[in-house]
Amino acid sequence: MNIPKELKYSESHEWVKIDGDVATIGISDFAQSELGDIVFVELPEAGDEVAKDGSCGTIEAVKTVSDLNSPISGEILEVNEVLEDEPTLVNTDCYESGWLIKVKIENASELDGLMDAEAYEKFAG
Amino acid sequence: MPYLPHGNDDIKQMLKKIGVDRFEDLLKNIPEVLKGDVSLDLPGALSELEIQQEMQALLAKNTACHQTISFLGAGAYDHFIPQVVDFIISRPEFATAYTPYQAEVSQGTLQAMYEFQSLICELTEMDVSNASMYDAATAMAEAVLMAKSIKRKKNEIIVSQAIHPLYRMTLETYAESLNVNLIDCPIKDDLTDKDALETLFTENTAAVIVQSPNFFGCIEDTATFSINAHDHDTLFIQGVDPISLAILKTPGEADADIAFGEGQSLGNHLNFGGPYLGLFTAKQEYVRKMPGRIAGMTEDTDGNRGYVLTLQTREQHIRREKATSNICSNEALCALAATVYLALMGRSGLKQVAELSVQKAHYLQEKISELPGYSTANSAPFFKEFVIETPIPAKEIIQKAVDQAIYAGIDLGTYFPDRKNQLLIAVTEKRTKAEMDRFVEFLAEL
Repeated sequence: MNIPKELKYSESHEWVKIDGDVATIGISDFAQSELGDIVFVELPEAGDEVAKDGSCGTIEAVKTVSDLNSPISGEILEVNEVLEDEPTLVNTDCYESGWLIKVKIENASELDGLMDAEAYEKFAG
Repeated sequence: MPYLPHGNDDIKQMLKKIGVDRFEDLLKNIPEVLKGDVSLDLPGALSELEIQQEMQALLAKNTACHQTISFLGAGAYDHFIPQVVDFIISRPEFATAYTPYQAEVSQGTLQAMYEFQSLICELTEMDVSNASMYDAATAMAEAVLMAKSIKRKKNEIIVSQAIHPLYRMTLETYAESLNVNLIDCPIKDDLTDKDALETLFTENTAAVIVQSPNFFGCIEDTATFSINAHDHDTLFIQGVDPISLAILKTPGEADADIAFGEGQSLGNHLNFGGPYLGLFTAKQEYVRKMPGRIAGMTEDTDGNRGYVLTLQTREQHIRREKATSNICSNEALCALAATVYLALMGRSGLKQVAELSVQKAHYLQEKISELPGYSTANSAPFFKEFVIETPIPAKEIIQKAVDQAIYAGIDLGTYFPDRKNQLLIAVTEKRTKAEMDRFVEFLAEL
């Protein structure tokens, strides 16, 4: 299982990359492999507000549909529109081209509740 | 034949397998207080002969359309149904109303659903059709939910007042708890008023709904409404009569985003008002927002053609409260009847049904409006249904006609208190000239 050291992780299996006041969010390698072949990703629109742990989209695999929860609150700055045509990027490259949304960090303390790679490995393992 | 899947021996065997003595033991976790007294005060069992007699007596209380000359319409039409339709849909292989989730044992049903969708797409000239909804009323409500989900923050829906009032009431029930505002678009000469519509658009308008032929039978200028809607970044939802699509402009041609309709007239009997068949189609780009499910064609691992339900994962058995809709069942048997009917009729047959209905309806309208005291209630072009201004309340005409074994039509006063002297009359290809002349004669003698 691929768990990059530099990222933070949520209990609902999202990863968060922090870059200044922008958080890039995707789902972990564990999450994508549990879901199986992803056929559709429904994302919010830039400008939407999302609450911490709030649902802001769906990830549809062949046999299930999962909510996308944002581990932090804030305004959606950007969504990965490439996924509209190529949802399988979430399977093949979940930490890079398969990212999902970028959120403006408004309450940095929310990040404290996230796990580091080591803790997540234990959690998901 | 009764459908009892388990005999006593089967039940005994199953109980033995799971180590339970009696069926009641399976229920012992339910507190007695909840079980209550379940003994029912029912009459004793009847023999097959007795129950047949009982049912015949009940049936005899009804006067079915075939025992009268019927001009009833308003969404439920007495079109001809070839015997083959009932024969094929009565095959036991098709006898289930349930959604065939298990593709490996449901190929026939799934193929029928796939063919139904293909036929409805061809008829409407829309990109995608689902595997059916309950009826036109719920299909329209689902179309509104879908439009709201596509247009996200917008929550106003402009509804033409020429939409079937019962569809409108169903929509109100849905809208009440869903933060949807319904805005009425008035009518002029029984057609949706274009000028009025233009003033109703706001930045919150998600969709415009127009039905054509509308409740009064009149043919709406759908292409123009569609352009108006799109100019305001709004979806255009069109209600259709599937029979009319053989000769009238299709929702696909009108560039509608979502089209719904009542499919009863395609091979389904009047059935005392239900079960009916909701038709639901949309543009390809909105397929992920569609309610219900779609049967898809694919290949198995050996390269054989096979059918499966697609888009079902979004539905209630996983998504529950977040599902795109909460339609749980489907109308597979009614959809099958429509499929067999359309396959039998073919392109030219359906066109003939539509043309005969138009011609006969126009003949009757002309004859009635020549009678003293009667006139046409509007000047709009119509398909197979029209409104007549009557010298006495329509309700009285209807009551008197019943004695002559004629179902005269629908009293518009039922839905519009200011239209008590108006009768909505539908004519299908089944009505003969002699029947229509008899109706005219009856009206003349009133």
